[in-house]
Amino acid sequence: MIDLGIAFGRVAFMMLFVLNVAALLGWVERKQSAIMQDRIGANRASIFGVRALGLFHPLADTLKMLTKEDFRPARADRLLFELAPFVSVFFALVAFASIPFGDTLRVAGRDVPLQAVTLNVGLLYVFAMLSLGVYGVMMAGWSSANNYALLGGQRAAALMISAEIAIGASIMGVVMIHGSLNLMEIVRGQGRLLWGWLPAWGILTQPLAFVLFVTAGIAATKRIPFDTPEGESEIIGYFIEYSGMKFGMFLMTDMVETIVLAGLSTSLFLGGWQIPYLVAAGFRFPWGSAIELSPLVVTVLQVGAFIGKVAVVIFVLMLIRWTLPRFRYDQAMRLGWLGLFPLSIANIVLTGLALIAWGSG
Amino acid sequence: MSPMNLRQRFYLVEVLSGLGLTGAHFFRNMGRHIARSFGRSGVSGAVTIQYPEERRPYSPRLRSLHRLVRREDGSPRCVACMMCETVCPAHCIYIVADEHPNPEIEKVPRRFDIDLGKCVFCGYCVEACPEDAIRMDTGILEFSAYSRGGMIYTKEMLLSLEPAHPDGRPRSPIPLPADRQA
Repeated sequence: MIDLGIAFGRVAFMMLFVLNVAALLGWVERKQSAIMQDRIGANRASIFGVRALGLFHPLADTLKMLTKEDFRPARADRLLFELAPFVSVFFALVAFASIPFGDTLRVAGRDVPLQAVTLNVGLLYVFAMLSLGVYGVMMAGWSSANNYALLGGQRAAALMISAEIAIGASIMGVVMIHGSLNLMEIVRGQGRLLWGWLPAWGILTQPLAFVLFVTAGIAATKRIPFDTPEGESEIIGYFIEYSGMKFGMFLMTDMVETIVLAGLSTSLFLGGWQIPYLVAAGFRFPWGSAIELSPLVVTVLQVGAFIGKVAVVIFVLMLIRWTLPRFRYDQAMRLGWLGLFPLSIANIVLTGLALIAWGSG
Repeated sequence: MSPMNLRQRFYLVEVLSGLGLTGAHFFRNMGRHIARSFGRSGVSGAVTIQYPEERRPYSPRLRSLHRLVRREDGSPRCVACMMCETVCPAHCIYIVADEHPNPEIEKVPRRFDIDLGKCVFCGYCVEACPEDAIRMDTGILEFSAYSRGGMIYTKEMLLSLEPAHPDGRPRSPIPLPADRQA
């Protein structure tokens, strides 16, 4: 019974975290872009005159989408057309399951790893789920019975496949260093200190892989500057025939995938829930001093660190999104196949040579 | 456009400098917003003018909603000479003339309608008027109606308007068209 409750709690925490942050992201995106561009941003939605910095706009948007007509083109494939947004959002949501948000916590005499699901091959699982997301996009493009949607779906499929190969290759360096595909192990491995004082975060041990991963990750989640599949205003994409909440679900997929990308970048390259010099018993600073903390405080700090790091990565992703112009389709493909992929392979070779030279410590 | 050099083709440096620019904007504006929300006055973090509540001052030359200038007794200064109706390129002015009780004044308009749905705000009527009887200085821009008929402003409506304040703020309220008086 307690086991069931613990399992439920783990899943519920992750699910609520992802869904709430996804809902907030619409607001963050609007406000951040506005402040970057010397504007104020949407601030008119109000409840009884309370505007709350425009925080009600996501609510108003959701209400609008739920009450709009749910249109289906006459010649659309009924089953696939209805299924596509659900497939998209489902695989984006479940991808978060094996990302750890804290170290093990002792609850009722059990060691509970703070991640929704403990998987030995967590990293592969995340990428499998993200890759399956391409099916939702292709289904949407094909089943709409609209040539523009079909072309958009094809662009999405080509872009996501070329980006995911680069992602898979770029994280191999991280996997080689830690010798594990378990995300919890990878995060724990980043708690080591290099030369006794420098945290061995992935961004320091694998800087090239970090850049490649983030670039390919943005491409795989189809966000600007790689939004050729969507191109809302000009080249229109795979969800052109969708309206109402089904369209909203594609938008939500976008947001959730951003969070997944931020969570993965955090876990692989920014030390996940690690805080420098914080071990299970408290802080152990390299100059010898120490602060003792109770396990619960340590856990709260770790979860807070994870959430904070995810927030920072999301901020950077948004910054990129509102800074760079869109890559043309052929430019995106060339970058993926002739830029990211060979560099990822080179990174694997370099990491291998380094591991041979300095031992696999 | 010259071809990109090696540094530009490598993207990363250029991307980082672009992010630096937009990020600097973000943090500068964010700092200003926070300083203002704590009551510190200073430069605004945004160039936005929150329109219905805030307005930028209008130019005194602005051609806004027409008004008919009144004599001291309140009757229209217009003598129904048809100059404005003739010069109007949009044919939006409709005048019906009447005898004026004062023999020194030639005529008076019985009807003076302007179809603002047709008006192009060129100001020719103001220039053509020999009596300085029509002006476009009310500062009113936001008039609307539910139908095309509602956009036709009558003599009484145009006579009731006052010139704008020196800073361009309108002095009279927007006349309510017939189809909005529900």
